[in-house]
Parts: sequence; C-alpha cells; structure tokens
Amino acid sequence: MIPTIRQPRALRIAYRAYVALFFIYLALPLTVVAVFAFNDSLFPALPWKGFTLDWFFGDTRPMIGLFHERPILRALGNSFYVAVFVSTMSVAVGTTNAFLFNRYDFRFKGLLYVMMLLPLVIPGIVLGISILVFASTLANAAWDAFSVEIEALRPGLVLVILGQFSFITTVVTLVIGARLQKFDRGLEEAALNLGADRLTAIRTVTIPYLMPALIGGFVVAFLMSFENFNTTLMLVGSDAPLTIAMFDRLKEGSTPLLNAVSLLLMLISTSVALAMVLFQRRR
Amino acid sequence: MRANARLGFFLLITPLVLWLGLLIVIPHIDMFLVSLRERVGVGEYRTGLANYRVFAEQPLYIMTFARTAIMSVLATAITLVIAFPVSFYIAKIAKGRLQSALFLMTLIPFYVSELVRTFGWMILLRETGLFSGLLQWLGIVDHPVEMLYNDVAMMIGLVYTSMLFMVVPLTTTMESLDDATIEAGYDLGGNGFSVLREIVIPHAMPGIVSGSIVVFMLSLGNYLTPTMLGGKDSLWFTELIYSQFIVRFNWELGAAFGFLLLALSSLIVWGMLRLTGQTLEKTLG
Repeated sequence: MIPTIRQPRALRIAYRAYVALFFIYLALPLTVVAVFAFNDSLFPALPWKGFTLDWFFGDTRPMIGLFHERPILRALGNSFYVAVFVSTMSVAVGTTNAFLFNRYDFRFKGLLYVMMLLPLVIPGIVLGISILVFASTLANAAWDAFSVEIEALRPGLVLVILGQFSFITTVVTLVIGARLQKFDRGLEEAALNLGADRLTAIRTVTIPYLMPALIGGFVVAFLMSFENFNTTLMLVGSDAPLTIAMFDRLKEGSTPLLNAVSLLLMLISTSVALAMVLFQRRR
Repeated sequence: MRANARLGFFLLITPLVLWLGLLIVIPHIDMFLVSLRERVGVGEYRTGLANYRVFAEQPLYIMTFARTAIMSVLATAITLVIAFPVSFYIAKIAKGRLQSALFLMTLIPFYVSELVRTFGWMILLRETGLFSGLLQWLGIVDHPVEMLYNDVAMMIGLVYTSMLFMVVPLTTTMESLDDATIEAGYDLGGNGFSVLREIVIPHAMPGIVSGSIVVFMLSLGNYLTPTMLGGKDSLWFTELIYSQFIVRFNWELGAAFGFLLLALSSLIVWGMLRLTGQTLEKTLG
C-alpha cells in the first residue's frame, strides 16, 4: 500500500499502470483539441491533411483564422472585460469578508458564515435565473413607477458580471480567509506599539502578508469568470462572452477555428496558473 | 476605540450583507414568488400552485427530474471510485517532485473552459472521430461508429468535468494520514483491504464528503455536457429550465423548475452531511 509495506510486484505495476491511464484520460481530450487546430482541413476530424497555421492567421475564406475573425475577437474582449470587473469586485468583498469573520464576534456569525458558503452549493443555472428574475422585477417596477428603462437590469454584461460575482466571491473569501487565519496578530500589535494607528498597521503589515492570497484570489476569480458557462448562459444579452460565443458556433457545427480558439484559451490559462504557482513558491 | 471598532464592524459587514441580500437571498425569494404565480388572463395573475401541478402531472417532467438526480448520483459514485486510488497514489506513494508534478497535472486541465473539454470529447467520440477511426484502422469494425449522443458519452463527460473537485479534497485529506498509522494497521494483522476500510477510508471521510457534494452539485446543475454529448433521450433537468426561460418564455414554470432543482440539491447535500456527521463549514471552509 505505502512504500514501506511490501506488495507483490504485479500489484505495484498494475497500480502504476492505472495511475498512468488516468493521466492519459485527463490529457486526451485537450490534446486532440490542440492538435486538430493545425489540421489543414475544414473539419476537426481525421484524416490528417497536413500542418497549417491558417486557423490562426488565415485571412481568406473558408479558412479565416482566429486573429481575423471579428466576432470571436469581440467575444474575447467581452470575456476579458467581465473577468476584470468580477475579479476586482470579488477580491474587494472577499477581503472585507475575511476580516469580518476573522476579527469580529457577533450574533448570527455562524449563520452568516454558512450563508456566505451557500453560493457554492446552489446550481449555477439556478443562480442565473434567480438573478434574471429579480433584475427584471426591479426593471419592471422602475418602468411602472417612473417610466424609466434601466438597461443595466436587462440581460447583458452587467448582469453577467453580477451573476459571476455572486458565487466567485465565496471562493475568494475562502482563499483570503485561509491565509488571514495563519497571520500572527502579534505583528500587528507590534506595529501599534511602535506608534502606528490601526489602518496604518493593517496597510503596512497585514496587507503585505496577505498579498499572495490577494493575487491568488484575483487569478482564481479571473479564470473562473473566464470559463464560466452556466450562470452566464442565463444572463447573457446580445454581447456574448467567449464561452457563449463558442457554444453558439459549436451548435452550428465545428471547424478547426474553434480548436484554435480553445488552444489559445489553454495557453492563456495555463500560463496564468503556472505564473501564479511560481510566484507563490518564490514567497 | 470602541466607537472605532463599531464603525469598522459596520464597514465590513455592509458589503457582505449587500452581496448576500441583493444577489442571493432576495433573488431566490423573488424566484419562488414568481413560481407561485398563475396566469389567468393577459397580464392577470393570482397566487397558487399551478406551476408545480403542471410539473406533477406531466410524466416527462417527473421522469427527467428523477433521471437527472439518479444519473448525478451515479456520476458522483463513478468519479469517487476512479479518483480514490489516484488520490491515494499522489498523497501517499508519490514523493517529492513527482508528487507535486502529479498534483499540478490534475489541476491544469481544469483551468481550461468546460466547453473546450466537452469539445475534446466530441472530437474523440463522434462518427468521424478519433476512436471510430482507430477501431476501423484496427479492423475491429468496418464502418464508422457513432459513440456520441448517448448516456455513456454523457457520463464520460460528466465524470471528466468534475474529476478535479474529487481528486483535490481527497488528496489533501489523505496527505495528513500518517504512514505509521497504516503500518500499525498491518502490524496488528490487517491486510490491504481491512486497512483500507478501517483506517484509510475513515480518515479520508471529510474529503470524500466534500468532493462528493461538489461533484454531485456540478453534475446536477450541468447544462453543457448533457446538451452536447447526450442524446435525444438523455434530457437533463437544466435543459427544461433553459427551454422554459429562453425558448418558451414561460418564466413562471421555469422558476418552479429552478426551485425544484434547488430543493433537490439542497436536500441531497443536507442528507449527505447528516449521514456522515459533517457540517458545511467543515467540508467547504
């Protein structure tokens, strides 16, 4: 079972083979997506017709590459826009939440903590429709009462941002809270003894200590926002983020263009994730 | 100082209350109220259970509901069985560099959008796909085989999509298991099976529970995988919600469906926590 316990050789080999098989299973779908981005064919399927970069840089029909495909580039921009807002907001609220639960004791603290966790156990699609319903209730009420149309409350990027923010904040709160819990309060008190006021102590001692978690939380939020599908699907308007735009394409039939977009996404998110790991290891 | 602390407290609790109130609690109450609305005429509504009655009287809806629940439980069980040995390997057998490399390798696929993962399975499984081509090349079959659009394909996709959320909590809980405890189990005359049952699994229980909860939730609420990989017969409950909201524009019935899905998932999560004596704070926090 563990290395210090002797096991039959056959069993050890079988176990190792199983683990290897598992990693092949993990890698297989992503590998084929990446490889077929370079197939010189109109379909991401066999037979292999030769290597091409046209699905990235091509500018003539039918092989218009990703960098010349306006709707895809616009969708990429939308995703980026949404992700920046979502991660900024959720890091801000996540930080205040972490401090609240770490530093204060108050009535209903336990209840509020459980409620803070709830967004993680609500199916994304339900989260999406509940926000959709409530936003349109508000918009209709505003229309009935004052005859003003609040565009932001109709399906669109604002609602997408709010929808993603609603559950990503929980994740960020947990990331930041975990690090804050390990913080030695004595350091802050030392700053106070040396004449700093409370805010200065937090700014110069606690926040630098939290920095890896703040950056980690930001990156996690960014990636989660970028790849979110369910909640976004229910709240999206005419401006689609990338996952929704790709979904619409995929329903019509797939071309290697989608492989090229997918490969780009993989490269972006893997490098962001690796950069974060390296950054945290350096600390 | 006291007044200051109080001010700080209010400044910190305000974002929390606004977030939970405006984006979680009130929207769900509103959704519930909408689900209780019956349309009696143009723009005329009254309160009642008509939408839930429609659900109860339509076998397709009930069947889909039950199927979604059962298949999600099945997907969770399969994910657990596949992930457990791998997590044990990463946590207890692999050492040093290999250990962190393997752990990172389980994470990387999941930084990629679910859409990309599903797309990958479509390329592999469809009629013109890689598996079909491989089988023909090997001479096992003599014509293209369609392996997409059925329950097995959907299950492969569901398990794949949620694997990370099982491997990570399992690995972290098993890492804290002391090797000496396992050795003691063997010294006391246990064999592999009894050590697994009486030492490893009880120790890994918090990880098993939190992994199962998250995987179950993700499967139940999944829309993409059943839509893209499943067949016409493998309708998923989220597809019904989507079609009521976006296609038919029947928000009242859609809200009722949404509420039923929420109730089902809460019930099963709660049941799982009760059964194993865990709490939500401990498993997620």
